[in-house]
Amino acid sequence: MTNLSPNESFPLLSILIFSPLLAAAIAAFIRSENLLRWWTLAFTSAAAILSLGLWRQFDPDTAKFQFVELSHWIPFLKVDYAVGIDGISLMLVLLTTLIMPLCVLCSWRYIQTRVKEFMICLLIMETAMVGVFCAMDFVLFFIFWEAMLIPMALLIGIWGGPRKIYASLKFFIYTMSGSIFLLVAIIALRYQVGSFSIPDMMRAGHSLPLGFQYWVFLAFFISFAIKVPMFPFHTWLPAAHVEAPTAGSVLLASVLLKMGTYGFLRFSLPITPDATHFFTPYVLGLSVIAIVYGGLTALAQTDLKKLVAYSSVAHMGFATLGIFALNTFGIQGAVLVMINHGVTTGALFIMVGIIYERLHTRDLGETAGIGRTMPIFSLFAGVFALSSLAFPGTNSFIGEFLVMSGGFAVSKGMMICVVPGVVLAAAYMLRMLQKIAYGGTHNPVYPGLKDLGFREIITLTPLLVFVFWIGLHPEPFTRVMEKSVQNLLEQTRQAPAVASVVRASSFELRTSDLP
Amino acid sequence: MAFLPEMVLLAGALALFLVTLGEGRVRQARTVALISSVAAIIACILSLWENATLFSGAYRVDQFSQVLKLVFGCGFTLVLLLIGNLDDIRDDIRPEYFFFLALSMVGLTMLVSCVDIITLVVSLEVSAFPLYFLVAMRRERKGQKSQMESAIKYIMFGVAANGVMFFGMSYLFGLTGTTSLTEMMPRLQPVIHSPLAIAGLGLTFCGIYYKLAVFPFHFWTPDVYQGASNETAGLVASLPKIGAIAVLVRFVSLASPDNHTVAIMLAILATASMFYGNLIALVQKDFKRLLGFSGIAHAGYALIGFVTLDQMGYAAALYYIIGYFLMVLACFIVICKVSRDGTNVSIDELAGLHRRSPLLALTLVVGVFALAGIPPFVGFMGKLSLLSAALSKGHLCLVIIAMINAAIAVYYYLCVVREACFRDPGDRLPIRLDWPTRVLCVLLIGGILALGVFPGRVLDTLSTSVACVTGGQAPAASAVADAR
Repeated sequence: MTNLSPNESFPLLSILIFSPLLAAAIAAFIRSENLLRWWTLAFTSAAAILSLGLWRQFDPDTAKFQFVELSHWIPFLKVDYAVGIDGISLMLVLLTTLIMPLCVLCSWRYIQTRVKEFMICLLIMETAMVGVFCAMDFVLFFIFWEAMLIPMALLIGIWGGPRKIYASLKFFIYTMSGSIFLLVAIIALRYQVGSFSIPDMMRAGHSLPLGFQYWVFLAFFISFAIKVPMFPFHTWLPAAHVEAPTAGSVLLASVLLKMGTYGFLRFSLPITPDATHFFTPYVLGLSVIAIVYGGLTALAQTDLKKLVAYSSVAHMGFATLGIFALNTFGIQGAVLVMINHGVTTGALFIMVGIIYERLHTRDLGETAGIGRTMPIFSLFAGVFALSSLAFPGTNSFIGEFLVMSGGFAVSKGMMICVVPGVVLAAAYMLRMLQKIAYGGTHNPVYPGLKDLGFREIITLTPLLVFVFWIGLHPEPFTRVMEKSVQNLLEQTRQAPAVASVVRASSFELRTSDLP
Repeated sequence: MAFLPEMVLLAGALALFLVTLGEGRVRQARTVALISSVAAIIACILSLWENATLFSGAYRVDQFSQVLKLVFGCGFTLVLLLIGNLDDIRDDIRPEYFFFLALSMVGLTMLVSCVDIITLVVSLEVSAFPLYFLVAMRRERKGQKSQMESAIKYIMFGVAANGVMFFGMSYLFGLTGTTSLTEMMPRLQPVIHSPLAIAGLGLTFCGIYYKLAVFPFHFWTPDVYQGASNETAGLVASLPKIGAIAVLVRFVSLASPDNHTVAIMLAILATASMFYGNLIALVQKDFKRLLGFSGIAHAGYALIGFVTLDQMGYAAALYYIIGYFLMVLACFIVICKVSRDGTNVSIDELAGLHRRSPLLALTLVVGVFALAGIPPFVGFMGKLSLLSAALSKGHLCLVIIAMINAAIAVYYYLCVVREACFRDPGDRLPIRLDWPTRVLCVLLIGGILALGVFPGRVLDTLSTSVACVTGGQAPAASAVADAR
C-alpha cells in the first residue's frame, strides 16, 4: 500500500505517453526536412533513454502495478485517468520506445515525400502505443487502442506501395470491426464490476457469472485475435505488411501485433478466468494451426516482405500457444517470444527495406546473390535469420524453448504437431538466407551494390545486441516479469478459493483510494 | 435580464430587416448578423444562471434552456463563418438570407424555453419556416429548379409531420386538459400506460422525428441536402437538430421513468434509422447525400439516449448531438470550399485534397473520423456515453446493433478519407482559404478534440440541466408554483 500511493514522485509514464504529442506539435512548425528527421530522431532517442529510467526504478520483487498515476477524468461516466505498469507491460513499453528511433533511422532516405506528416504520424503512433501498454482504465485503453488506427492507416495509405489503398482500408476495417465487440464487452463489464478500472475488473474475475464470462471472452477474443493475428483472422496482415513503408512494417510487427497478445494476457486471462479454461483447447488448436500454416505459407513466398509477414503469423502462434498453456514456462516464454519477435522481425523488415532501397524489388529471385557484394549486410542478415529460426544462442531460442516446455506440460500430442512448424521455420529462413547471401553464381543486374552505410549499421546494431543479450543471458528479462506472471497465473487458476487471498493482497490500485 | 438572449437576437433580426430594405447591402447584412451573434453569445453568458418563469408559466428560463441557448449562440456564429459571402445565393436576395437566418435562430432560442405546447409550436414554426425559404434561395442553374423541388419537399413533409404532431398533442390535451407541459407531466402519469396516451405521445414525437430525420420521416433529407446550396445544407443539417433533441427531451420525459412501450417504439425507430441510413450511405457518390444518409443514422444513434428514459440518456443524447453539430459542420466547410462555383461535390472531387489544402484535409479527416466514432474525437465519447446509458438499462441488443452499425459506417467514411488523403489531385488547383474559414477550421478541430478528450464538465453541465426538465429536482417545479 505504501509504495503505491499515486503521484509517487514524477509522472514518468504520463510524460512518456504525451511528450510525443508535444514533439509532433513542434514538428508541425519545422520547415526543413533534414531538421525534421533530426528532431524526431533526437526526441525518440530521448524518450528511449527516459524510458530506461523505468527499467532502473522498476521493482521486480512485486507483482503490483508501479509508477501508478490516478486521477478522475470523466465523472459522468466514471472514467478515470489511470496508468501503471507491471513486469509484462514494462517490457513492451521498453520495446516500443527503443524501436522508435530505429524506425526514424530506417526511414531516413526511404521517405522522401511529405516528411513532416510522416514524422508527425510516427510520433502520434508512439503516444498511442505506449498508452495502450500503460493504461489501467479500460476506456483509456480503448481510446489508445483505436486512436492508433488513424496514424497507422495513414502511414500505409500515403507512403505505402502500389496497393496501399486496398491494404490500408483492409487493415482499418478489419481492426475496427474486431474492436466493436470489445467496446460492448467493456461497457457490459463496467455494469457488472462497477467501474472501468482494469485492476477492479481483474479482482472481480471469478465472481462474474459463467455465461457472462463466455460472452466477454469471445468479444475479447475476436478483437485480440484479429490484432495478433491468429489463424483465420490473419488475412489483413500480409497485405498491410507488404504495402506499408519500412517503418510501418516495423511498427506493425514489433509493436502492434503485441497488442493482441498483451490483450490476452492483461484482460482475457484474469478477467474471464473460467471462460479461459473452457476455451483454452480451441485457442491452442488455432495456435498450432497458425504455426504450421504460417510456416508452410512462408515457404512458398517469393516476396521477401510476404515471407517475413507469414513468418510473423507462425511466431505469434508460439506466443498465443505459450499464453494459453497457462503455466509459468508458457507465459514467460510467450512474453519473451513477443519481445524477440519485436527485435528479430523488426530487424528483418529493416533488412528488407534496405534491399528495396537499393534494388527497388523484393523478389527473392532477383535479389539472389547480393550478399557477395554486401558482406556486412550478409552478416546481419545471417544473424537475424538464425535468430528467427530460433537457433540456440539467439533470443528466439529461449522464448520458443520456454513455450515448448510449457506446451509439453499441457499435451505431448499437441507439441508433436508443432514440431513441423519449427522445422519449417528453419527451412524458409535458410532458403531466404541462402538465396540472398549465396544464391546464383552471379547477379549481373545489380553490379557494384553499396554495402551498409554508417546509418544503417547504427540502425541494426542495437537489435543485434538484443539478439545475443536475450539469447545468452535472459535472466534479467525473465526476472522482471517473474512476479507478474506468477500473479497472473494465480488470478487465472481454476480454484478461486485459494487465489482470492493472494489476489486481495496483490492489488492496491483502487478508485476508492483517491483523495 | 432573463429574456436577454432572445431580445438581442430579435433586435439583430429587426436590424437585418432594416438592412434588407436597401439594395446590395450584403456586407452590411453579414456584419450585422455577426455582431448580433457575438452579442447573443455574451447575452447568453450573462444570463446563464438566471431562473425565471415568464408569460404566465408558458416560458421558463432555467439552466437547461440557458445552456442550450449558449450552444445556439456559438452555433450561430460558426454557421455565419461557414456561410461566408453566400456566393451560391441569388444576388438580389442575399441580405434577406441573413434576415431569415437570424429569424430562425430567434425561433430556436425560444424553442428550448417553451414549457407550454402552444408557445412551443409557435417557436417551432418560427424556427422552421425561414429554413424553407433559405432552401429555395439557391441560384438557378441552366433552367434547373432543383432547389424549388427541394424546398417544396421540405415544406410539404414539414407541414405533414407538423399536422401529425398537432393531432398527437390534441390527444395529450384531451387526456390532461392542459397545454402546460409542467402540469401535464403529473396529470399524465396515472393514464400513461393507456393506449390513448401512448398514441398521443407517439404522434407528438413525429414532428420531432421529422426535424431529426429519423427513419420514416427522413425522406426530405437527402433531397434537401442535394438541392439546397452547400451552406444552407450545412445549416439545415446542424443547428435545428440540436433544437429537435431539446424538444424531444421535454416530450419523452413525459413518459419517464419507465414506459416500456415508448422505449420499445424509440428503440425500433433507432434501429431502423441506423440500418437504413448506414446501408444507403454506402453507395452514395455525392458527398452531401452521403452526409444526409449518415445524418439519418446519427439521428438513430441519438435516439438510443432516449430509449433509456432517464437523465443520463438524455444528457448523452444532447452531448452527442452537440458533437454531431461540430462534426457535420467540419464536413460542410470542406464541401463549401472544395465546390467550384457552388455546385454539389461528389466524393471523387475530394481527390488530392491533402495537396490542395492541408488544413481543409485535416478538418475533413478529423470530422469524418469523429463521425465514424474513432477516439479521441467527440464522436467516440458521444457513442460511449450513449451506449453506457443504454446498457445501464439493459438494452444490450440495441447496443450491439449500434456497434454493428458503427462498423458498417466506417467503410463509407474511410472512402471519403481515401479520396482526400490517398489520391493525387490530378490537375485540380490548390484552394486558397480566407481568414474566417481558417479560424472556423481551427475552431472546429479544436472543438471536436476538446469535447472528445475533456468531456467531463460538459457532460456534467448537461446532466444537471436535463434534471431541470425531467423534474428530477424540485427547485424548478416550485418556482412555477410560486409564480402562480
